[in-house]
Amino acid sequence: MSALTFAAQDSATMLGREIKHSIRLLRLLIVSAIVVPVVMLLLFDYVLGGTIGHGLGDAARGAPYVDFLVPGILIMAVAGSCGPTAINVTMDMTGGFVDRIRTMPVSRGALLAGHVGGSVLRMLVATAAVTGVALLVGFRPRALVADWFAVVGIVAAFSFALAWLSAAIGLVTKSVAAANGLTLPLSFLLPFLSSTFVPTESMPAGVRWFSANQPFTAVVDSLRALLSGAPAGNTPYLALAWCAAIALVGYLWAQTAFRRGTR
Amino acid sequence: MSALTSHATRTAVSVTGLRKAYGDKLVLDGVDLTIAEGEVFALLGPNGAGKTTIVRILSALIPADAGTATVMGYDLRAEAGAVRGVIGVTGQFSAVDDLLTGEENLLLMGRLLHLPATERRARASELLERFDLVDAANQTPATYSGGMKRRLDIAMCLMGRPRLIFLDEPTTGLDPRSRQTTWQIIRDLVRDGVTILLTTQYLEEADQLADRIAMLDHGRIVAEGTPAELKRRMPGAHIRLLFAGAASLDQAARVLPEGTRDEAELVLRVPNGRGIRSLRDVLARLGDDVAVEDLSIHTPDLDDVFFAVTGTASKENNS
Ligand SMILES: Nc1ncnc2c1ncn2[C@@H]1O[C@H](COP(=O)(O)OP(=O)(O)O)[C@@H](O)[C@H]1O
Ligand SMILES: [Mg+2]
Repeated sequence: MSALTFAAQDSATMLGREIKHSIRLLRLLIVSAIVVPVVMLLLFDYVLGGTIGHGLGDAARGAPYVDFLVPGILIMAVAGSCGPTAINVTMDMTGGFVDRIRTMPVSRGALLAGHVGGSVLRMLVATAAVTGVALLVGFRPRALVADWFAVVGIVAAFSFALAWLSAAIGLVTKSVAAANGLTLPLSFLLPFLSSTFVPTESMPAGVRWFSANQPFTAVVDSLRALLSGAPAGNTPYLALAWCAAIALVGYLWAQTAFRRGTR
Repeated sequence: MSALTSHATRTAVSVTGLRKAYGDKLVLDGVDLTIAEGEVFALLGPNGAGKTTIVRILSALIPADAGTATVMGYDLRAEAGAVRGVIGVTGQFSAVDDLLTGEENLLLMGRLLHLPATERRARASELLERFDLVDAANQTPATYSGGMKRRLDIAMCLMGRPRLIFLDEPTTGLDPRSRQTTWQIIRDLVRDGVTILLTTQYLEEADQLADRIAMLDHGRIVAEGTPAELKRRMPGAHIRLLFAGAASLDQAARVLPEGTRDEAELVLRVPNGRGIRSLRDVLARLGDDVAVEDLSIHTPDLDDVFFAVTGTASKENNS
């Protein structure tokens, strides 16, 4: 068998391991990747939605606030898996498993490939589940079939990017607490400093520029346009460009950090 | 198992001039080792001596700064991949997957070693049987005792039938019974013809298991040989006498000329070959005139060996 076949086989083995881990940690994962975004959805839609909805004006395009809100909630479902991904990687790095693998004839990239693959799967499942809840509470997308494909593509690309970034964070942290702490900006801060809950134009001048130009906003804006059936313009390309950039940075950072572990 | 077998013994591990430093800290200072195929070789040394570092270098986890090493005939630097194919490593700290069951852990190793499905399952159940883990096979290691975890750890490194096994402090932290079980496992492995490099802090363990022992101290091999050879170099049991001043030490040394003086510590070590009779004899010869501050009886242990070969105690203050 060729080296490539071995690499694919080993990555599939590691992915299988990650899937098993995810099933054993299901309750924990449901909380961070599904319950948290759903609570945000309900909180902002029911409790704050009236006021925010009134204030939205043109940004809502005449639709209820929930339609404005859901695209951002979906990326929270993606970002909610960053913590668990970084934690899983950290535990493998500090718990001796990685050393065990390194003393075996296992292809080098398999462990991280398994983590990233597992992470993307968790993110996609969480996004699908949150979409289901959103539909139940009145979210009414007006996307066409082609738009849906674009939506799935962008969510997948965003998941892939954040999975590599989380893996890299897991590789450079030395404890579970640190891994969790370092991913909090991804799962909490950046969604709030984006167009998830309110349009960036309504934000105070200090954060407005950052919010308008950061990657989460690009992704949320593209999803919002696609899901509402409005012309998306170049927003999907901007979102995909951001995803590619984050994935590349995360990948290179992870590879460097993984190699640095062998001294 | 001596080196004097009828056929020429092949070399499993050959190391020359191994050096490793972390920043300013020199951890390995020119280590030379030769391990013959089929033997149990013990690296004996206190905490921080560099045992784990040697194991990590020989299992191709970290590179050495200098020196050459061949493992089962492969050059460690140039053919690390081939080395990984013939070794099994059980690290100092347990490396089992805590979320998988015992059996799943073994099967995972089998998959990563690309064993065919039937062989994978057969080998896993064989190892569960042999390591007395059948009842725990479907439980996660969270429910295991320290000894069971250690056994699973060793079983995992055997899935690929390695010809050379590294065991880094396999019994540290185990209760006496689990230690005995682990010793038996190691003896059984030897019977299968594998070569074992084991590290330990316990003289008794090395004595029980090893064909040859290398004593490591501050990154240097300070003594090497069969257990019998090393024991010959060890001081026997002794009586340790502590004095308040140089005058009383001098006095005592005159009546006990067979003793070894330690001027700095004001200590006289007198050989104690015959237990209570020696003690009575020493006390009688000291009489009432020599003021002895303190007296203790020492049976030989690792510290004595280190004292004998390095001239310094391996640990600070062991009086
Ligand atoms: N990654 C590292 N960075 C810095 N120092 C290290 C590292 N690994 C080991 N050391 C140091 O090297 C010395 C030998 O360590 P080790 O090989 O683990 O000893 P042993 O296994 O005999 O207890 C110790 O003083 C330890 O602190
Ligand atoms: Mg050690």
